[in-house]
Amino acid sequence: MRLFRFFHRFASPREFFRISGSMIPWLAATTLLLLLIGLYLGLFVAPPDYQQGESYRIMFIHVPSAWMSLFVYMVMAGAAAIGLIWRIKLAHVIAMSSAPIGASFTFLALVTGSLWGKPMWGAWWVWDARLTSELILLFLYLGVMALYAAFEERRTAQRAAGILAIVGVINVPIIHYSVMWWNTLHQGPTVTKFDAPSIHLSMLAPLLIMAVAFTVFYVVVLLMRARWEVLDQEQRSNWVDDYLEQLSS
Amino acid sequence: MDGVHNSAMTAFTTIFRRDVKLALRHRSELINPLAFFVIVVSLFPLGLSTDSRTLLQVAPAVLWISALLATMLSLESIFRSDYEDGSLEQLVLSDHPLFVIVLGKVAAHWCTTGLLLTLISPALAISLAFPTQNLGILVWTLLLGTPTLSLIGSIGVALTVGLRRGGILLALLILPLYIPILIFGASAVDMSIDDLDVAGQLYLLAALLVLSFTLAPFATAAALRVTLE
Repeated sequence: MRLFRFFHRFASPREFFRISGSMIPWLAATTLLLLLIGLYLGLFVAPPDYQQGESYRIMFIHVPSAWMSLFVYMVMAGAAAIGLIWRIKLAHVIAMSSAPIGASFTFLALVTGSLWGKPMWGAWWVWDARLTSELILLFLYLGVMALYAAFEERRTAQRAAGILAIVGVINVPIIHYSVMWWNTLHQGPTVTKFDAPSIHLSMLAPLLIMAVAFTVFYVVVLLMRARWEVLDQEQRSNWVDDYLEQLSS
Repeated sequence: MDGVHNSAMTAFTTIFRRDVKLALRHRSELINPLAFFVIVVSLFPLGLSTDSRTLLQVAPAVLWISALLATMLSLESIFRSDYEDGSLEQLVLSDHPLFVIVLGKVAAHWCTTGLLLTLISPALAISLAFPTQNLGILVWTLLLGTPTLSLIGSIGVALTVGLRRGGILLALLILPLYIPILIFGASAVDMSIDDLDVAGQLYLLAALLVLSFTLAPFATAAALRVTLE
């Protein structure tokens, strides 16, 4: 019950603005720390790969971005569903603030994948299944962002783009498997085989640390974007006036 | 219970008949997607080569992509004119469940575009040196695939119908969702040319049809309620 009350309070724009403001510096510091540890372990401590040499190290950026691209889509669709079902304004803000961040992670995964593909597969771009479904994921993100930008009224825009995000989330597995049966060249997943991961701990540890760092980074950027959205959305309410006055004095 | 069922059925048939009748009265709108389909397909030999082996190699993709684009360009007719004259708002306000009305409109749209595209596809296929004994598979994939295109497309139109310039945006929203259908449809046609078994692709196309048939009308109904608010 107390937890429920906390979320209820957190979901009010004013409380969200206050609490998230005090969270951001801590989360940002955590991101920086984790990124530094992860990059150090990944770039200096982890041994070179016996086949791919040093060039595999781009994995410590590539794999977490690819994970995040899907994770952010799930968060976006989940938040959109919460916003549509329980009519919570903040959930819509979270969903729509996630879209550009998720699109950026997807773009990063594509670029790093392409850079990694050149020495490994001998081509900047191959129509490999997982690269292709990542590209389609980028299209899905762009669709949500374009629809959100097309409406003048914010409420309609949020709800329409939210419906599209949910339709997209149903399609993500279908697209993934259809593309996989269509063509594949990608190396198989090496981390999710839990019984015996085919990746050594000295490489797995920095990878997981980077994944956590990327997640916290996402939360920081999400909160920053959402705060701005909330401020813009609530510009007619008293507490925003008070806040702006306080800021300028 | 029976009464509810009957009234939903009546709503479906009424909407279906009305939309088919409207489409038949606007002959040019009925023919435009078909003409588009014919023109796009005939551009390929002009731009590519008249060599029959080359044409046969690209024929499955050309036929499927052209059918997909023709369907996409015709999607606006599902809701656009009803939105402009205000009758869409009346339909949303009516007592009947909105997804039944949506299903009626989508069914009418498919009968006046997807079905006709499927019917003329063999003639176009032959112009691309397509072997006649495989025309059946082409027709089957289009019969199973184009209703899914109409169903998924209705979500996109419902989301963009309130916008003045929704055309390019609609393509951006809908084309990524069309990819699985394109993959299974075109690969079935492609494999049938090499005399391979294509039952798997046909089953998957049917599965996608069933899935979109059960889910898309609800998404479209929700989208209409949002954009008409």
